[in-house]
Amino acid sequence: MTTVAATGPPSSTLTARSLTKQFGARTALSSVSFELSVGELVAVIGPNGAGKTTLLSILAGVQRATSGEVTLAPERIGWVPQQPALYSKLSVAENLRLFARLEKLADTESAVERMLTQTDLEQRAGEEVGRLSGGNQQRLNIAIGLLSEPAALLLDEPSSSLDPRQRERLWTFVGGLAGRGTTVVFSTHNVAEAERYADRVIVLADGELLFIGTPPELEGTVGGDPRDFETAFVRFLHSRGH
Amino acid sequence: MRWLFIKDLQILRRSPLLVGLLIVYPIAIALMIGFALSSPPGKPKVAFYSGVAPGKGTISFGSQKINVSDDASQLLQSITPIRVHSREAAIAKVRSGEALAALIVPADIPQQIQSLVSTGVGSPTVELILNSKDPLERQFADQAINARLADVEQAVSKQVLRVAVSDLQQVLNGGSIQFLGQNVPLLGLRNSRTVLRGTIASLPPGSPLRVALQQVVGFADLAIQGLSFATPVLGSIGTPLTVNRTELAGSTTPTDAYAVAIAVIVSLMFLALLLAAGMLAIEREEQTYLRLVRGLISPGRLLSEKIGLAAACAGGVTLVMAACVSAFVHLEWGRFPLWMISLALAALAFGALGVAIGALAREVRAASLLAFLMALPIAFVALVPANAVSGGLHAVLDAVAFVFPFKAALQAAGNAFNGSAPGIGWPLLHLAILTAVFWVIARISLRRFAQ
Ligand SMILES: Nc1ncnc2c1ncn2[C@@H]1O[C@H](COP(=O)(O)OP(=O)(O)OP(=O)(O)O)[C@@H](O)[C@H]1O
Ligand SMILES: [Mg+2]
Repeated sequence: MTTVAATGPPSSTLTARSLTKQFGARTALSSVSFELSVGELVAVIGPNGAGKTTLLSILAGVQRATSGEVTLAPERIGWVPQQPALYSKLSVAENLRLFARLEKLADTESAVERMLTQTDLEQRAGEEVGRLSGGNQQRLNIAIGLLSEPAALLLDEPSSSLDPRQRERLWTFVGGLAGRGTTVVFSTHNVAEAERYADRVIVLADGELLFIGTPPELEGTVGGDPRDFETAFVRFLHSRGH
Repeated sequence: MRWLFIKDLQILRRSPLLVGLLIVYPIAIALMIGFALSSPPGKPKVAFYSGVAPGKGTISFGSQKINVSDDASQLLQSITPIRVHSREAAIAKVRSGEALAALIVPADIPQQIQSLVSTGVGSPTVELILNSKDPLERQFADQAINARLADVEQAVSKQVLRVAVSDLQQVLNGGSIQFLGQNVPLLGLRNSRTVLRGTIASLPPGSPLRVALQQVVGFADLAIQGLSFATPVLGSIGTPLTVNRTELAGSTTPTDAYAVAIAVIVSLMFLALLLAAGMLAIEREEQTYLRLVRGLISPGRLLSEKIGLAAACAGGVTLVMAACVSAFVHLEWGRFPLWMISLALAALAFGALGVAIGALAREVRAASLLAFLMALPIAFVALVPANAVSGGLHAVLDAVAFVFPFKAALQAAGNAFNGSAPGIGWPLLHLAILTAVFWVIARISLRRFAQ
């Protein structure tokens, strides 16, 4: 099922070392480090302004860190920004084709076909993107991030504009990707989603990495008997002064 | 880069309203500017040098005097004179563009006029040096000076005639002149001769005075004959002043072709600015900019693509525009390759300015607004006639015009259409340099604003 040779401990794909980002006097990220394995599905959670988007942008090579480094080259990372980054005057297929060409993929047309099938947008291939629903735009947004079959995929709040059914389909799709060896990092405000789908969660607050581990481990740190993961998460933030 | 280019054309094709506006608006503006410029106001600045030493400008005709300087100052009323102290200085003012023309009055003009009036020989000549750099301004200055010169000429010749003829009449026939508020009777040559003849007759036949006075009568006869003959000579001096016209900097553009160049460059400016600024802003507004610059294409190449797109569209449209207009106004088709080169370089420079504007704005609407707001002043600054504003302000406007592509584009197109001065080399080089400079500015502001 997995394309990765699973001999010994899972090898790491994406490593962040002491990432720090300053916007003038404001510190959006302060010395964030972690190591992610092949095929791992990781959620980044934290309050508004915690630095989630900043972290994903730096990993993607869209922003430059003030200091620190990322081990994986941007070309090997797929990036799906929080707002769909698409040409609304072009059709679904034209958007895919353009980015496939810019990515210099060997076979443009088969890549376009593949992404149309994977995201279930074949019926909408000829439609102008500006007329698509937010959910379908988000699917195309993800499809473009996946065109080059990257080793790691970064998704910034991918489910926020989707209805429950679409969301379900998104996670099935993303789970499939991870199962085939793509390391997936996504940010979300839906903490239950993080608990349900992520292998590990990273908790960010005010630019600091407060926690990295599995959801049960996070629940463990707060002790007592939280009714659910969300309560545990809020209690955890509270215990750390946030 | 090719694919981005094709994508941008697709986007344009799907925005018919935008494209329509982009074509209609510049043409409307171009027409407005053409009308506004067809009648420039104000007094032209003219460098003025008079070689006539102070106090030496007076020509005497018998009992009356004409002051050449008075007539000159009458001429100066219709211009803004820049007084200089040598012929060379006057020419330098024209070359530097500070003055539209130079009017040079040589030192010997009083003598020339005097000799013309008294002997019928002499050619009082003033020198007019016109700046042919800017056909609109040249025409303006030439008209203003010519009209005044004609006035002066008429005044001088009338005055000369009046003075000379009335003096002659008095000398011949006698009359009276005003002297210290009193009427002093003048005898006149004819009457003097009659008086003399009477006197001779009354003298004793052997008187030596008879011989002497007979000689005076003989002279009076000669003088009467000569002066009677002189009157028509004076009458023939209809136009006492000769104007020696020189144009600096060689050949000229007929004003019509110049107006075409203005209209074409105004359209080109709007098209290139709006397209480049708008298409770059689209990348930012649709958030695709970040996707593109993370390894797919460098920001510098993205800028070049937008500049190329804007230049291709704007250059193409205005080339067609010039070709259509040439059905009504004579443009030199033999210089067609130069049309293409000058419009292409002008479009590149405006495209580069456009991306510099687009790099400052995150949305298409903001970018378009900025481009519109900048375009009109850029055109007007370059088109303000030198004489319409004070010297200091004009120097500032000149400097501003120098850092934007409009003036150079206009010079290049003017030359391409009709071979007008100045040559095409410098304007083209100027445009190429401006393209590079704005590219760099855009590149820096992208880095600054896209983090
Ligand atoms: N370009 C920028 N200039 C200045 N400050 C910035 C910039 N981008 C982000 N910040 C600041 O950095 C901090 C982290 O922002 P970021 O967008 O990463 O948060 P986030 O966790 O993604 O928030 P949200 O959950 O609302 O999406 C915030 O305080 C934000 O104001
Ligand atoms: Mg965010």
